[in-house]
Amino acid sequence: MKILYFAWLRERIGLAEEEIDLPAEVATVGELAEYLAGRGPAHARAFAARQAIKAAVDQRFVPPETPLAGATEIAFFPPFTGG
Amino acid sequence: MPRILVSLADFDIAAELERLQADAGAVASFVGVVRGQVDGRPLAALTLEHYPGMTEAALTGIAEMAMARWTLTDCTIIHRVGRLEPGARIVLAAAASAHRADAIAATAFLIDWLKTDAPFWKREDFADGASQWVDARDDDILSRNRW
Repeated sequence: MKILYFAWLRERIGLAEEEIDLPAEVATVGELAEYLAGRGPAHARAFAARQAIKAAVDQRFVPPETPLAGATEIAFFPPFTGG
Repeated sequence: MPRILVSLADFDIAAELERLQADAGAVASFVGVVRGQVDGRPLAALTLEHYPGMTEAALTGIAEMAMARWTLTDCTIIHRVGRLEPGARIVLAAAASAHRADAIAATAFLIDWLKTDAPFWKREDFADGASQWVDARDDDILSRNRW
């Protein structure tokens, strides 16, 4: 599964994207964020402000309880600040 | 059909508004520009990041909502990305209709929704070398929710 990071999340993790094998017990977007936070100190620091982090599944903005079944691309990012 | 563009390059305001004049009686527009300072602190540049693919889809969705809600002949959203120095144009939202009310309301809708619902992120790069990612503003959510 492809994971993308944007803005300060990308800078704190030091990666724009990574490929991961999803463990069977990780079923939702929120559980994936928990899992990723445990991948190392940089990930832990990036995901520490969990409330401020939003997600998209296959480029659609979704809430944390969204299931991952069938998804190919998950993105994590701070709230949008364009315009 | 709405014109949606995400671009590193600048846009030509006159050409964009002229394109919208076809079949219209009114063209309204909003242009966002990089400020020279933030709370008195001189800014060297804004860096705009986005989510390629999702951005275009989100902007198209916002433009389609505007087209469905008001009687528009057409509308345009152009958003720049990359490093933009003070005075540079960031975004153009514009709408055209037979009469002014729909064009003006739709333009405000386009920019209010773009700010909260399109995947762009701004980093402020200050003249003193420091930089910080811009926090989302509660005011922006309120502006979007008034529609």
